[in-house]
Amino acid sequence: MATSAPAKSEPTAQSRPVVRIGDRVFSALTLAAGILILLTLAGVAIFLLIQSWPVIGAQTTDPEQITGGGFFKYVWPLILGTLISAVIALIVATPFALGIALFTSHMSPRRLAPFLGYTIDLLAAIPSVVYGLWGLALAGNLVPVYRWLAENLGWIPIFAPDAEGTVSQTGRTMLTASLVLAIMILPIITSLVREVFLQTPRLQEEAALALGATRWEMIRMAVLPFGASGISSAIMLGLGRALGETMAVAMILSSGAFTWSLVVTGNQTIASEIAQNFPEAAGLRLSELISIGLVLFVITLLVNMAARAIVARTTVKGN
Amino acid sequence: MSNTTVKPEQGSKLSLRAGKLPKGATWMVAIGSIIVAIVLGMLMTGGFNIPLIALLAGVLNFIVLYAWSRTVEGKRKATDRVATTLVTSSFVIALIPLISLLWMTLVRGGPVILESPTVLSRTMEGMKGIYDQDYVAGEGELLGGFYHSIIGTVLITLAACIISIPIGVFTAIYLVEYAGRNTLGKAITFLVDVMTGIPSIVAGLFAFALFGTFLTLVDPGGIGSAKMGISAAVALSVLMVPIVVRNTEEILRLVPMDLREATYALGVPKWKTIVRIVLPTAISGILSGITIAIARVIGETAPIMVTAGFARNLNWDLFGGWMSTLPTFIYDSQMRPTSPGVAAAASSDRAWAAALVLIVLVMVLNLIARLLAKYLAPKGAR
Repeated sequence: MATSAPAKSEPTAQSRPVVRIGDRVFSALTLAAGILILLTLAGVAIFLLIQSWPVIGAQTTDPEQITGGGFFKYVWPLILGTLISAVIALIVATPFALGIALFTSHMSPRRLAPFLGYTIDLLAAIPSVVYGLWGLALAGNLVPVYRWLAENLGWIPIFAPDAEGTVSQTGRTMLTASLVLAIMILPIITSLVREVFLQTPRLQEEAALALGATRWEMIRMAVLPFGASGISSAIMLGLGRALGETMAVAMILSSGAFTWSLVVTGNQTIASEIAQNFPEAAGLRLSELISIGLVLFVITLLVNMAARAIVARTTVKGN
Repeated sequence: MSNTTVKPEQGSKLSLRAGKLPKGATWMVAIGSIIVAIVLGMLMTGGFNIPLIALLAGVLNFIVLYAWSRTVEGKRKATDRVATTLVTSSFVIALIPLISLLWMTLVRGGPVILESPTVLSRTMEGMKGIYDQDYVAGEGELLGGFYHSIIGTVLITLAACIISIPIGVFTAIYLVEYAGRNTLGKAITFLVDVMTGIPSIVAGLFAFALFGTFLTLVDPGGIGSAKMGISAAVALSVLMVPIVVRNTEEILRLVPMDLREATYALGVPKWKTIVRIVLPTAISGILSGITIAIARVIGETAPIMVTAGFARNLNWDLFGGWMSTLPTFIYDSQMRPTSPGVAAAASSDRAWAAALVLIVLVMVLNLIARLLAKYLAPKGAR
């Protein structure tokens, strides 16, 4: 028993420590499972690195072999595209997520709240490929909106029409893909924010109401300040999810060269670039796709760690 | 702060009751705005333009509600009403895509399954564009189907379960029962959190790279044969393990310490306590957590695309050859139709039918998870 880490419930005052085979085996099994998880995460980095090695080799000897004439030239537009789509999705999803979280935690009739939460969870349960199918079928409906944006706000680079002065005729643009992405990350942010809102100390809420605050004033003075860091970490986690989401962009976006405009065809994200090209890729191209996968892995890792760091800082402060 | 007297609201004349809008004022304003917006929208465009009317109704609703409440109830109440309406409408707006998506899947996939139920029992083996053209022209039935994808989904998901459930449950047991507060436990908890955030396509690339690396050791040109069912299962496991660990851990921590202490006092070994007391107490939660994890990964597309390819035939062998799953079938049918052009509608029909089957599958799994949690829960655990 001494081999397994002494838990707090362990009887310490035993006269003769008994070592049981069953205990040894079982604790070793659980430990092995835990260590396997550590190995897996290390393995993700290691095996992706092994398979992207040819790209690193080609980059040092002859960058021209690589698509786009060099690894960095190839990956930069993709990183930008990934960030743009994720940021738009966040900008659209966050206000709605906050609204829904407030509605289900503080404003809806108490009896309805679990049911409403379940409805939002349904959004998360729907497979991403079905979102892609749905977005693809409806993308055309957005064309008049894009035309209007290009005509009236075309001087802003993100709404600029293309060289022929038109916008995408199919609606399969970065903006459409990002909007679908926003719907997909909405439930994740919502559920995280809702948890935070539900943790607001009841006494503070009731004190605010007792002092004559309206419900909105109570939310602004008690709920939102309490949840501020929780909200920012939820947004970061949503960002991580949006960065890695593949199908919405791969199916909806009619991809092409990088452009700042969101209403024309073009642009591409890392995940979608991999998904669209992987089935036919071989040789160096395969390594290229795996290497940009590694880049995506590193980016999402950083974003997720930042989110966890925010959470960790608050839990210390909160207690 | 406690001594400032609240100024009487406008028009209340120091009566004990401040001015108040009549009951149901919010609804009255909302319905009124919609009617006015419809009229205005028809006058402006001469037609029934739903997005424009919705926009007009929204703006009108806020202006009227704020103005009315402001004059009767004062600024603070008016702000409160507007904020409440904003929050409520954000919820309602978020429901629109959900309803639209479910409705569209039902309307486009439902008739296909009802009229050609053979899509459920046929594969895409031997499918030619000409068959689809006949179907679209109304001269033949809808051939082809996704039986092979249903089988593929079941096989790959089962394999993923076999890999990830033991790892996930054992890790959770380690974290709750053995790790205490040691460094390894903290590291695992942190990495499980990190693992939750791995993009699904990266998980797929990892599985492909893993098998590819070892297969190239055997046969230098063998990287292509890394595309098989088991790679896909490993990829799904990477996504599934953290969910299983998280859910199981949460449930195990809820098992009362008293139970464990009681068995220790009776001289029961620790492992037996875990196997006979802790796990049975938590079993409903564990099973429900596992079902949720299955529901989450069964709809994954990207990792399957890069690990199992797109098979058109039925393949029962997880260790050799491409396989198809429902999500990859949907993607492949929609993006690379059997017969491009006009007859792409046939492929699209099959894709929507598969989408309907997939959504039903996911919903049923979610329902099972809820029922498990509800009915298998130990008595008196509330």
